[in-house]
Amino acid sequence: MKHRLFWPVVALVSLILINTIARSQFASITVRDDRLYGALIDILRQSAPLMLVSLGMTIVIATRGIDLSVGAVMAVSGAVALTIIDDATDPNSLGTVMVAVGAAILVSLVLGVWNGFLVSALGIQPIIATLVLMLAGRGVALLITEGFITTVNSTPFSFISTGYVLLLPVAFFIWVAAVAVVGLIERRTALGVLTEAVGINPEASRLAGVRSTGIIWTAYAASAVLAGIAGVIYASNIRAADANAAGQFIELYAILAVVLGGTSLMGGKFSIAGTVVGVLIIQTLESTILFLGVPSAQSPVFFAIVVVVVVIIQSPNLHRVLRNTFRTTRSAGPGEPTSDAGAAG
Amino acid sequence: MTNVETVGSKLQSEGGYFQVFSSRHSSLLPTLAALAILIMLFIGAEIFLRGDFISPGNISALLLDNAYLVILAVGMTFVIVTAGIDLSVGSVMAFTGIWLAKLLEAGTSPALAIPAIIVGGALIGLLIGVLVQFFDVQPFIASLAGLFLARGLAFVVSLSSIKVETASVLWLQSTRIRLGDWYITPTGILALLVVFAGAYVMQYTRFGRTTYAVGGNQQAALMGLKVPRTTVAVYVISGVCGGLAGLVLTAYSGAGYPRNGVGTELDVIAAVVIGGTVLTGGRGYVLGSLVGVFVYGTIKSIISFMGAEQSWMQIVIGALLLLFIVVQRAIVARSNRRT
Amino acid sequence: MTLNADNEVPPIVAMRGITISFPGVLALSDVDFFLRPGEVHSLMGENGAGKSTLIKALTGVYAIDSGSIDVTGTSRVFRGTSDAEAAGISTVYQEINLCSNLSVGENVMLGHEPRKGGRIDWKAVHRMAAAHLESLGISVDTRSLLSNHSIAIQQLVAISRAMVLDAKVLVLDEPTSSLDRGEVEQLFTVIRDLRDKGAAILFVSHFLDQVYEISDRITVLRNGKLVGEYLVKDLPREDLVNKMIGRVLDDLEAIASTAAREINRDETPILRVTDVGRRGVLEPADLAVFDGEIVGIAGLLGSGRTELVRLLYGADRADSGNIEVGGTAVKMTSPRQAIDHRIAFSSEDRRAEGIVSDLTVAENIVLGLQARKGFRKIRRAKQESVVSEYMAALDVRPADPNMIAGNLSGGNQQKVLIARWLATAPELLILDEPTRGIDVGTKAELQKKVAELSEKGLSVIFISSELEEVLRLAQRVVVMRDRRCIGELDSQGLELEGLIDFIANQGTGSAA
Repeated sequence: MKHRLFWPVVALVSLILINTIARSQFASITVRDDRLYGALIDILRQSAPLMLVSLGMTIVIATRGIDLSVGAVMAVSGAVALTIIDDATDPNSLGTVMVAVGAAILVSLVLGVWNGFLVSALGIQPIIATLVLMLAGRGVALLITEGFITTVNSTPFSFISTGYVLLLPVAFFIWVAAVAVVGLIERRTALGVLTEAVGINPEASRLAGVRSTGIIWTAYAASAVLAGIAGVIYASNIRAADANAAGQFIELYAILAVVLGGTSLMGGKFSIAGTVVGVLIIQTLESTILFLGVPSAQSPVFFAIVVVVVVIIQSPNLHRVLRNTFRTTRSAGPGEPTSDAGAAG
Repeated sequence: MTNVETVGSKLQSEGGYFQVFSSRHSSLLPTLAALAILIMLFIGAEIFLRGDFISPGNISALLLDNAYLVILAVGMTFVIVTAGIDLSVGSVMAFTGIWLAKLLEAGTSPALAIPAIIVGGALIGLLIGVLVQFFDVQPFIASLAGLFLARGLAFVVSLSSIKVETASVLWLQSTRIRLGDWYITPTGILALLVVFAGAYVMQYTRFGRTTYAVGGNQQAALMGLKVPRTTVAVYVISGVCGGLAGLVLTAYSGAGYPRNGVGTELDVIAAVVIGGTVLTGGRGYVLGSLVGVFVYGTIKSIISFMGAEQSWMQIVIGALLLLFIVVQRAIVARSNRRT
Repeated sequence: MTLNADNEVPPIVAMRGITISFPGVLALSDVDFFLRPGEVHSLMGENGAGKSTLIKALTGVYAIDSGSIDVTGTSRVFRGTSDAEAAGISTVYQEINLCSNLSVGENVMLGHEPRKGGRIDWKAVHRMAAAHLESLGISVDTRSLLSNHSIAIQQLVAISRAMVLDAKVLVLDEPTSSLDRGEVEQLFTVIRDLRDKGAAILFVSHFLDQVYEISDRITVLRNGKLVGEYLVKDLPREDLVNKMIGRVLDDLEAIASTAAREINRDETPILRVTDVGRRGVLEPADLAVFDGEIVGIAGLLGSGRTELVRLLYGADRADSGNIEVGGTAVKMTSPRQAIDHRIAFSSEDRRAEGIVSDLTVAENIVLGLQARKGFRKIRRAKQESVVSEYMAALDVRPADPNMIAGNLSGGNQQKVLIARWLATAPELLILDEPTRGIDVGTKAELQKKVAELSEKGLSVIFISSELEEVLRLAQRVVVMRDRRCIGELDSQGLELEGLIDFIANQGTGSAA
């Protein structure tokens, strides 16, 4: 029985195995100072920003859309949080940090609502609608930080990305919580099924009375909020707000993670678990590439190859060509016979 | 034989010249709007910056500083007119630029190196075009793969910048051909040549007209047009432009730098859209993209003149882009409703 | 089953023994078809008759399994549309296949622009385009954008383009769907002109009146087989209608007829519409449905039945008219509103507009209820009971609620769709061609179900091309032709022949 997650999990496990064979230290986990150490733990910790962004991207893609602005939202979010902490009287106070993080996420929500407005109310193509924020967002972030890379020294803030609780990284718990929340909302409420319906067949959903405007709007808002949290984690990690570097290219990796996890770019059925596996694959791949001594700047070449292979495999054209080579059927697709029945009465 | 309908003459007698003009050239209107904006920018800057802005030197510098953008915009116009998009151009420019620097450093003659990098750009474009046409991959994903590839390759060539000392290449930028206070460099001439070549192809060749048809009609193949080769060709053209832009930028800055061009594709898309090319395809002019780049460059100039932060640049461009998109959507929606 | 092959005029296109099958469906079986120069030939047949498949074989969209196609005496194999075009067969599609972003002249000459010195000679382009349009009797500013012109003009431009390509055969696929009376006249003038100049024209249309007005010859297909080829003057309307949909052998007479049921029409109707119409789609129409009544809508394909009910449901917006639900005036601008007024609509295109194919059967059935409920999930127990109740009631096979809906057969998908709507407990259920493409046994079940439900008080609007079904179930039949309501009949005592005659002849002055 071929489960949808089968190939992604196989890919991930193979990657881990290859790594373990290549460097025996890879799979080892040691305990030190109340923390777990090891390459695997690093992967769990470092994948937090990408995991959060990819979660949001999964939902947006399910509605047949795309969100290119997530990197820019990360930058804005980091800028807001850091500016508040920087300007505060006591950067080390927990209250300050909580206000900063809260504000950052709120601003991200506003940006997501803006995207949702462009797509569902104005009917602008998602690529184009989110392109605007992708362009302008970093400018806004730069304005907030007044062109500088604001740095802070705030223990509670740094704790977010570098701290450990119960032996495991805080960042790990954050993304696990996010996955759990999104998963629960999507599957425990009807939101997941309705989103899938809208993505699979927008017209049938409309005729069935599904309120697609609200669903699409929610998707973009969620994507931005998750990107906002990712931005906070990123800023916490480098203890700075770097409007240009924050989330650079992350949208591309997020889309790749979603595709690797089995969700189709055409929208419809989505898999959160698949995206999680997809992100872990990318993170492990990145770790592998670094271990091979390849400078991380060159790693995009490998990912390009992965993208090309994945899209070719998923290409419907390829399936059609393969099907035709092994069967003598006509060039018309499987849907043709009933197109006779589809004419308006 | 009965004379069935006379439409054109009716318009002419009733509506006058403007009616006829707009019924023939309504797709020119966005470009004319861009031109108007450019003129307004000049005038506005001249007034607010107290007469320092419009000078032969400044305007010549406009072309000089943005020559690479002009070339990229020509390639992007071809792609967007077919309703596609190419996100790889900035990275291709960086890759070809650093590769050129590396080849020159190794002693390769420019006569060999320059064609080599152009072929390199073309190959990346070919990959994207093949993915789009023969594997049904969305242009945005396919060009994303191109972006990854080119950016990674740029760093494979070199992790840090490489200076260019080859005289013949530097000549492209350093030479100024003067005409009074105006001047132009060979790179500027190259950019203009690319523009005019692009404009000519789009207006006077069947291939160019097919790109408009592909963008305007999803079923253009049913009209008997050669859609596959056109689709692949526009991405190859964009790749070639990427290579030329790499040459120009390397000459301009005197070095190749693998980190060049990050985010440049967005600036190119913005310039092309502002210049009147519709993102949904089928409408647009190469000369309009030239105007779009000048608008972009002028805004950049004004911002730096005013001493404002560069971050305003991105916000203004983003806002302008949004404005143009919304207006374009309204125009397209109206013309669709009419039919 | 006689074939009238005129010996004087050799056909320009001769299709013989054409057989085309798809997985599970035999679309065409041993069909012959001839097109002669200087003739307008109409191809007629209902859905599933194979008409569209035959046309696609002629225009190179489909490859044929067996048989032969000869064009001007030479045997041809079409591997694609350009092959057909190269053979001189040009098609003007229902969706105008031109570039609305380009000028009229450019559209006419696209791909064949005259060149001078390597570059396109625009003056010549427009001169030649104008000349071609002139020869069709049209005078248009060739430099104006195509999108500035009406569909009627765009169509003539498309025909003009076909002439540029030196077409010997012109296929017109539903050319009059978006035209008004005057524009149809204009088009027919052009067609007659081309015919007189020797072109062979294949005219495909659902509009019976127009077919009779313009055609010289008619070929009728039914269930993938050739019924016959006839000269128009030898084929009266009711004969044509009979050949297209006539008597179908059925063992459904066992189902007690509900047509005879008494309906109380003194109360306020569940739904009443007056003057409801949409420009270019439906002429203003009136309709009223009473409690527990089954109203049938009969007519040929293209007569406007689906268009009418879509307006009632808010799937499309009406330009004119009033809608009253239970006596209160309402605005029906979206399906959501209709659902709130307890109206349900099962679309005829179950694949594109009904079933959400990647979701499970259970999810599909519950979709209507869930959409109404919003984000709070319907409790699992309730979900399961609703799903199993309706799967049993309609006998969905296989009886697996977790099966992906897209994998079900057409008939079972239809049942799932109806289950979805019944689960919302509507007061009015609109069924558009619910029995199309379904085997006889399932047809009977569905009809029995509809009858039962209406007995319990559900009002139904029932559209079907199978007139026996309509006569069996409906108490009243609304008849439509060519986008208009042409009358209403009481089904009691109405026989099939009488209904066919009404559809064919009512309002044309040739009633029997």
